[in-house]
Amino acid sequence: MSAPAAPPPVTVRVGGSWRPVARRLVRRPAALVGAAIVLLFVLVAVFAPLLTPYQPGSAEWAGLITPSSVPGPGPGHLLGLDSFGSDLLTQLVHGARQSLTIGVTATALGLAVGSALGLLAGGLGGWVDTAAMRLTDVMLSIPALLLAVSVAAVMGRSPLAVMIAIAAAQVPVFARLLRGSMLAQRNRDYVVAARSLGLSRGRIVLGEMLPNSVGPVIVQATLVLATATIEVAALSFLGLGQADPTVAEWGRMLVKAQARLETAPHLALLPGVCIAVTALGFTLIGEALREVLDPKNTTR
Amino acid sequence: MIAFIARRLALVVPVLFGLSVLLFFWVRLLPGDPARALLGERATQEGIDRVNRIYGFDKPVPEQYLLFLGRIARGDFGASIRTGQDVTAGFLERFPATVELAIAGLGLAIVLGVPLGYLAARRRDGLLDHLSVGASLMGVVVPVFFLAYLLKWVFAIRLGWLPSAGRQDVRLDATHPTGLFVLDGVLTGEWDAAWDAALHLVLPALALGAIPLAIIVRITRASVLEVLDEDFVRTARAKGLARNVIRRRHVLRNAMLPVSTTIGLQAGALLAGAVLTETVFALNGVGEFLFTAINHLDYPVLQGFILFIAVIYAVVNLLVDVSYSIIDPRARLS
Repeated sequence: MSAPAAPPPVTVRVGGSWRPVARRLVRRPAALVGAAIVLLFVLVAVFAPLLTPYQPGSAEWAGLITPSSVPGPGPGHLLGLDSFGSDLLTQLVHGARQSLTIGVTATALGLAVGSALGLLAGGLGGWVDTAAMRLTDVMLSIPALLLAVSVAAVMGRSPLAVMIAIAAAQVPVFARLLRGSMLAQRNRDYVVAARSLGLSRGRIVLGEMLPNSVGPVIVQATLVLATATIEVAALSFLGLGQADPTVAEWGRMLVKAQARLETAPHLALLPGVCIAVTALGFTLIGEALREVLDPKNTTR
Repeated sequence: MIAFIARRLALVVPVLFGLSVLLFFWVRLLPGDPARALLGERATQEGIDRVNRIYGFDKPVPEQYLLFLGRIARGDFGASIRTGQDVTAGFLERFPATVELAIAGLGLAIVLGVPLGYLAARRRDGLLDHLSVGASLMGVVVPVFFLAYLLKWVFAIRLGWLPSAGRQDVRLDATHPTGLFVLDGVLTGEWDAAWDAALHLVLPALALGAIPLAIIVRITRASVLEVLDEDFVRTARAKGLARNVIRRRHVLRNAMLPVSTTIGLQAGALLAGAVLTETVFALNGVGEFLFTAINHLDYPVLQGFILFIAVIYAVVNLLVDVSYSIIDPRARLS
């Protein structure tokens, strides 16, 4: 997990509909690969119980595990067992569920709170803006990991704590991004026109400025989905995630694999690859969206 | 310049104040009473009474807060529930290992990242460009602890080229005046110790440096591309300046501004990464300290750790801003 780095500024074309964006997105192979990965990930997460006949964390075959060996791939167990005697494939498939629910909820939460803050700051200006920006200053000055550790330590080891911890670190990033993007719209012709037409402030902010400012925020949210997937695993790697041993989680699978790195490296390799590929999917979509929405790239 | 530093310092105060309030209420938010949380599950009534007396948990809250601030100011964070070791001493003992790792990781990222990004931009759409863009994408999506596993598995376990854990071979019985083992070896002239410590550092530094490296390559590439397009570069060319002079004085100097900001922004990520990397390579740094504290819910250690790191983070950010304003005078105005 990382401290929220300041996202590169993105300017978005004003007033365009989303259809040309989608059309240009489809023409990018990277975006298609990303979409395919994400789609696969979501499908696996949703249909996890149908994909394998076993329960996660069942430790049904614990008797087959010895200190020096873990049964590898074989009939009945496509990928073999994990170090506790559960089916490895079942653990991986159900791990996707954890990553998806926690990662997506955390991002949605961070996006909602951060955007609300950014909307207030950028839409109202004045002292509200100053107060909101000082608040984000304070939030950004605490490393994201520490924020997460503190939240999780207070709330106990639970998925909810992990969600809030990850969301908290994203709030200032989304807030600043939306505010900056809205400030750039403030004196645009269409806003001036709306003002001279006598539209109310709320109407201008919500109906005119907001739709034209969300581009960078959407790009950032897609990229954050990638980091959130990694952060869920990182927190759980540190012992802060899911405490229930019957729930499969990629990060925890990695920690547990550490002791068997010499004899059964695939126990670490597979969950690690799952995390990286999922993050890659979201990143590819996010990067492609960024390029498509950037007016400098329209010619290419 | 002094005004800038003063303004920047004034920003740190509310942050640390907010954090102290947060940490103060933190222990009070824990389930059960704070004394029990501080002593652990097997606390005796006698012990609880003693903690209540020392920490003043029986006094009114504002008074408790002042007592808390007083203890922090003296550097007293209590003792670890698990080992009984003084938290401040424990932190200071482990901190050099983390500093050494962070310097090695970031150094590696800068030394490799800036030239790679520059070359990628110079030969845009060439093989190196595509390779470095692809590799930097990998650096962002592969979790640092997984990369650490991979490196350990390939280079330490399979190939046996490098040590898999620890900071130095204990049999060397090296002396450690500073706690930075490589530097120690150089200072004391124990060259075998310095070399051994450096070898132990290679894999952790590679793992930790990968993400900053990826980011530095991308930013350098983008920034050089942007500067190459600028009017002043064209003017310099039209003036007939030597190509090397243009590259060094016009392109690199201006392209380095965003890069140095980015390097500064890596401080927090580097810290988080160090914690995770130390855990994999069994380096006895603050990360390892934090890891054990989390897994034993050692609250005095966690509380002290968070404050120490926040202060260090604030100081590092301050230094980054100040150095940036020296490189780019325009930054002082904003």
